[in-house]
Amino acid sequence: MSFRIGVVTFPGSLDDRDAARAVEMAGATAVPLFHASDDLKEVEAVVLPGGFSYGDYLRCGAIARFAPIMNSIVTAAEHGFPVLGICNGFQVLCESHLLPGALTRNQGLHFLCRDQKLKIENTETMWTNGFTQGQEIVIPLKNGEGSFQCDDETLEMLESEGRVIARYVDFDPNGSRNLIAGISNERGNVVGLMPHPEHAIESLTGPSEDGLIFFKSILHQMVGR
Amino acid sequence: MALIVVEVMLKPEILDPQGQAVASALPRLGFNFAKSVRQGKRFEIEVEGTPTAEQLAQVEDAAHKLLSNPVIETYVVKIEG
Repeated sequence: MSFRIGVVTFPGSLDDRDAARAVEMAGATAVPLFHASDDLKEVEAVVLPGGFSYGDYLRCGAIARFAPIMNSIVTAAEHGFPVLGICNGFQVLCESHLLPGALTRNQGLHFLCRDQKLKIENTETMWTNGFTQGQEIVIPLKNGEGSFQCDDETLEMLESEGRVIARYVDFDPNGSRNLIAGISNERGNVVGLMPHPEHAIESLTGPSEDGLIFFKSILHQMVGR
Repeated sequence: MALIVVEVMLKPEILDPQGQAVASALPRLGFNFAKSVRQGKRFEIEVEGTPTAEQLAQVEDAAHKLLSNPVIETYVVKIEG
């Protein structure tokens, strides 16, 4: 049986289908998971996709955090279950306190949509082990609230523990502290990323195929493929 | 009927681009009084009768868990009307 990766659909998720497609292209089976159920359907990893869960009312990800499926995911993640949060999924992970910090309004106030260059800073996590240290990749970035903010102490902790997994290169899109595009938790099983790897999995529709490496990394990690 | 109000503000050290945009719009309209502007949120919660200590404690809990994100925001709970 092939490796099962769940993709959660919240009301207002947009990129769940692209995420599921990326999972399949990486060689795993994509299993749709629904926000209103706490059933993880025996998946071995989960992707929280981009979009505007629950309309992004209150704060991005603030209401999604209390969805029944998130209770199961938070409990599992605390025991090492792999979770990748992309864009809105990253915001949900921060609101759930699985990752530190928060994502706030872009410094320039505009919604941005661009092909963004990133530098991979940590290749030890479950979702980034297929990259080489310092590798530069180009994947789409599209959000209105992507500015990573945290206090000085948290920033120092993230930097000293090598938990910044990717940084924006050549262009500062949103005023994120230390140009942070993505971070991981202490164990490296939970990764949040503002740009969208699932939109860069084939040259026909994306700026590169770099995004596929995130999804192949988890397969490599879990089943050595 | 009483009103419990929760006011949520970004912590001072958190960048507030919305507040900055308002601050830079004011002088364009001839309003030159503002040294800086911070923008926040206000929740008006109606309850029957006079708020009880228990209700206020629940509102505090909700303000901490849902209405604010303690990582970037602070809140105050007060009773109005």
